[in-house]
Amino acid sequence: MWGAYGELIRLRFLIMLTYRVNYYSGIVIYAINIGANYFLWKAIYGSNTQLADMTIAQMTTYLAIAWMARSFYFNNLDREMSTEIRDGSLAIQMVRPYNYLMVKMMQGFGEGLSRFVLFSVPGMIVASLLFPVQLTKDPLHWVFFLGMVFLSFLLNSMINLIAGLMTFYLEQIEGLLRLKRVIVDLFSGLLVPLSFFPGAAKSVLEWLPFQAITYLPASYLAGKTINVSAGHVFLVQLLWVTGLMVPLVWIWHSARQRLFVQGG
Amino acid sequence: MSKPAIRVEQLKKEFRVTKPREGLRGAVIDLFNRREQSVVAVHDIDLLIPQGEICGYIGENGAGKSTTIKMLCGILVPTSGTIEVNGYVPFKDREKFVQEIGVVFGQRSQLWWDLGVIESFRLLRKVYRVGENDFQKRLNELVDRLALGDLLNRPVRKLSLGQRMRCELAASLLHQPKILFLDEPTIGLDILVKSSIRSFLMEMNREHGTTIMLTTHDLQDIEALCSRVVMLDEGKIIYDGSLDQLKEQFGGGRSVQVQFEHNTLVENVFESTSGLSATWSKPEAQLDDGKTLRVTLDDVNVPISEILERVVKLAGIRDIAILEPNTEDIVREIYRKGV
Repeated sequence: MWGAYGELIRLRFLIMLTYRVNYYSGIVIYAINIGANYFLWKAIYGSNTQLADMTIAQMTTYLAIAWMARSFYFNNLDREMSTEIRDGSLAIQMVRPYNYLMVKMMQGFGEGLSRFVLFSVPGMIVASLLFPVQLTKDPLHWVFFLGMVFLSFLLNSMINLIAGLMTFYLEQIEGLLRLKRVIVDLFSGLLVPLSFFPGAAKSVLEWLPFQAITYLPASYLAGKTINVSAGHVFLVQLLWVTGLMVPLVWIWHSARQRLFVQGG
Repeated sequence: MSKPAIRVEQLKKEFRVTKPREGLRGAVIDLFNRREQSVVAVHDIDLLIPQGEICGYIGENGAGKSTTIKMLCGILVPTSGTIEVNGYVPFKDREKFVQEIGVVFGQRSQLWWDLGVIESFRLLRKVYRVGENDFQKRLNELVDRLALGDLLNRPVRKLSLGQRMRCELAASLLHQPKILFLDEPTIGLDILVKSSIRSFLMEMNREHGTTIMLTTHDLQDIEALCSRVVMLDEGKIIYDGSLDQLKEQFGGGRSVQVQFEHNTLVENVFESTSGLSATWSKPEAQLDDGKTLRVTLDDVNVPISEILERVVKLAGIRDIAILEPNTEDIVREIYRKGV
């Protein structure tokens, strides 16, 4: 069975490779994103050396890492699922001896892997030449970080799968997906680190799964706060992976009862 | 005979669809409160199909054919009733169950659009966990039978519909399924491809004992392949039996088409055969030249000569054709009038 899933990862990786223009523009977009954020934050900092316990150098590093993580965990599984459900090609998926959600997960993994290897790593190198990004040289930190990013991928993909499954209940989920994207980008700390949020908002966000996607792993690698230990990050992430499993499986089972196949 | 391939009792599928209100006011109300309505697509059907049978499943668009097939394949969950295919309850043991069936949806592709045909096959080999040796043997057989040799290395998107459909069939059979479901497999194909697909299916059925269930709108598929016909109308089975029996039961006897030399008064012709239980009608529009009329003999005992004798007196006759009831006419009549 894993042979088939492995093959799906490989295929998606290959498909990503076939579009060369995507590849080069991806690196540029990546560097621009970090650059834009760098200049924006430089303006915000002004003459301050520290804001919310972070120096401008730490902030730049945090942002670069956050974007690198995002390129791996980000995918469009929700939109793909919604299309497959709406145009009826889900029927084909359902007559194959594999688990549809797993298939989607694997496709997302192949996509994330290719983007990580092809965009983020070169993009990171370009970014560290241009901006004051200070990455740790401790290999153990990097190993832990990769583990965390993998869990970020699981978390984000599970949220995407849940959003995609909403197609069964709502006929059109485009608006929902946009909302979800903004929420994930903002609440996960990709745009603004959680420590910058006002007290009340911050404590609410700490009880949501989004911080475990970007804020915690990126804070860990950026070494921004002393009290973020690897164990703490893993614990929160694993708790949320388990926690999201429940609604995901439940929605999938109830959605199957509602499943209708469009177009004959 | 061992266990039946398909056993269905009192199977029912009900869909809930939203029913939008009319107008702007209605649309605003719909934002907060949606009205739902249930539509019964399949209504308490019973079906027993033994292994090795080729069963044709026909009915008008929207009669519930595809819904039934999708329940039999494990895609849809029935609202009520029992369903057992190849010893499994499809929607419960889906992953194990689909390992032993093959499915072709004529209107959807199961191949990967961007990949070469052989790549798709190899991926399916992994998905169905077919051993390399079995796969090669099976592939060679299918390539040979369906003449796929030149197609294997082409990307799926560059195949013609006929080529693609042959590949789809091969794809659905790579794992040696015991039961094959075909949902309109010949839709949009030319006569040559249709007939090659038909003979291929016959061979598969004969040599491997594959049970085949197909839905189609092309009754020649049924005539060529099916020992058994199930006809569905508004979610209910209205006929289940052999094709010959269908013809006998609903054929409505022979008919004769008469072309007169000149335009003839229809009323006169009608009158001439009164008392003979013969029904006159005009032929279909494209044959209607004003001189041609068709008579159907409802009673088998009325001799055709008697009819002709009476008609000959009215006007000169240019041509006479005796028409056997054909399946298409029968089915059209049933669709139009019901049983």
